[in-house]
Amino acid sequence: MNRSMWGAAFAILLLAIALGVVLPSWVVFLLTLGLAKGLAVLSVVLLMRAGLVSFGQALFYAAGAYAAGFALRRAGIQEAFILLLIGPLAAMGLAALIGLILSRYREIFFGMLSLAFAMAFYGVLVKAYDITGGTDGIGIPPPTVLMMPLATDRLRLFTYYLALGCVAVMLYLIRRYAHSPLGYATRAVRENEVRVAYLGGSVQRAIYLTYVLAAGLCGLSGVLVAFTVGHIDPQLAYWTTSGEFVFVALLGGTSSVAAPLGSAILYEVIKSYAFKYAPYTWQMVLGVIMLVIIFFLPGGLWTLVERAPRSRRGQEVQG
Amino acid sequence: MRAILEVENLTMHFGLIAAAESENVTVYEGEFVGIIGPNGAGKTTFLNLVTGYLRPQAGRVRFRGRDLIGLHPNQVTALGIGRSFQIPQLFAGLSVLENVLLALAMADGHGGDFWRRLHDPARVEEAQRLLVRFGLNGHAPRPAAELPEGGRKLLDIALAFALKPSLLLMDEPTSGVSAAEKFALMDTLVAVLRESKVTTIFVEHDMEVVRRYADRVLVLSHGQIIADGTPAVLLEDPEIRRAVAGWG
Repeated sequence: MNRSMWGAAFAILLLAIALGVVLPSWVVFLLTLGLAKGLAVLSVVLLMRAGLVSFGQALFYAAGAYAAGFALRRAGIQEAFILLLIGPLAAMGLAALIGLILSRYREIFFGMLSLAFAMAFYGVLVKAYDITGGTDGIGIPPPTVLMMPLATDRLRLFTYYLALGCVAVMLYLIRRYAHSPLGYATRAVRENEVRVAYLGGSVQRAIYLTYVLAAGLCGLSGVLVAFTVGHIDPQLAYWTTSGEFVFVALLGGTSSVAAPLGSAILYEVIKSYAFKYAPYTWQMVLGVIMLVIIFFLPGGLWTLVERAPRSRRGQEVQG
Repeated sequence: MRAILEVENLTMHFGLIAAAESENVTVYEGEFVGIIGPNGAGKTTFLNLVTGYLRPQAGRVRFRGRDLIGLHPNQVTALGIGRSFQIPQLFAGLSVLENVLLALAMADGHGGDFWRRLHDPARVEEAQRLLVRFGLNGHAPRPAAELPEGGRKLLDIALAFALKPSLLLMDEPTSGVSAAEKFALMDTLVAVLRESKVTTIFVEHDMEVVRRYADRVLVLSHGQIIADGTPAVLLEDPEIRRAVAGWG
């Protein structure tokens, strides 16, 4: 990343901080949801870089949210920053177990098995009514910040800044990961597993590590969504939620770590408007948008961002 | 001379076809061994069995006294055995430089590192030195997929060489390479490998390549080693020539 890109990233961060104060509360709510879910989408993209499509990332999204919810409601841990650690750790712990099996599979088998595990978890959340509240879910009271309770009117802004901070840190970490030997090895697994093995690398280990890291991102996303919405239910683990993450990943494209975040925010906005103006056909609206993207921008919306500097350069050359 | 690879009674059948039938061979440090034989003789199977890609139905393979049977290719590679392929196995979407950088990172045990950069300056310097040795330095930023066939072959071997192996197995290094290019390619390879004292076993169809570059030749037919000797003797033997290529 060169200096101008760092400058652009810093400017976007400052703009996002300012927007939290300027924008109406409902827009801030949408942005927070978009940022939080963007982390889950990012986890899907991480796996896609290894050539794997997970239809079960909602499992870790729900695991993170429920772990934070239980810690808040049952263990009395109210501190937001501790809850932000508990969610991802719980999700990574679960992924560390499931990954032992899943890292042996590829292609449709990986996709279907990941879906099966998520649906099994969904079943547990629905059936274990006494613990999870069944389909009613659990209300999440506002967490404390550095042991101080937050007024309700400040909670939304705090959650937005919390999501923004988490996203900024995660983007930095994922960028480091993407440029590290493990990040390249993960791409290499997608390109040629045989050669990875014949370089002395363990394909299974690379996939396992990526799977656990991706689960951590989903867990963090789940905690942030729980804070934002104030309620968690088994729908978080349902297959449509996993499908939504894959949908948004394809919408944005997988060529940049920023793409999933942009597309997640855009998706939340489109979904809200589609739901408002076409309450019975909003899924169709999203479907049509997806078709348009597939036909005209197969690399996702981020293709537009990548094309922009090229076309500017082209104009400069012509001029 | 010290034995580096010992193969005893190696046996592998695919149904009724014998890909390896009680093969026995010892390769010594510093040797440059060519394996020849007709199509289906079991030459590539031999490499697959030695490197753990296939598990033999019977027999032993020892590398510097260590039993290799039951190990996976990544474990065999980690012991110091590199391998290149008939169809080059590259990371086509990565640049030539990135291919080598990744191989070097894995060779140094940093393949699982998720914090430091792959493009570490010292590693980049080492990768560039390696590319110079293999004559690929002009191609460093190009995607590996865009290399000509000769370049792809060289990069495939460079990746195996980047692991600093004691034993290198090459599967048909000149196949798919034009007649004009193949001796230049072999000259480059042999110079690098002999200079680094890497024991090499290479499977080859081209008798002239074997004659020029091998110290010793193994002749395979129907999964059996039917002859073992110097190229000067074996390649002049009409029986061997008939068995291998139907000429002589």
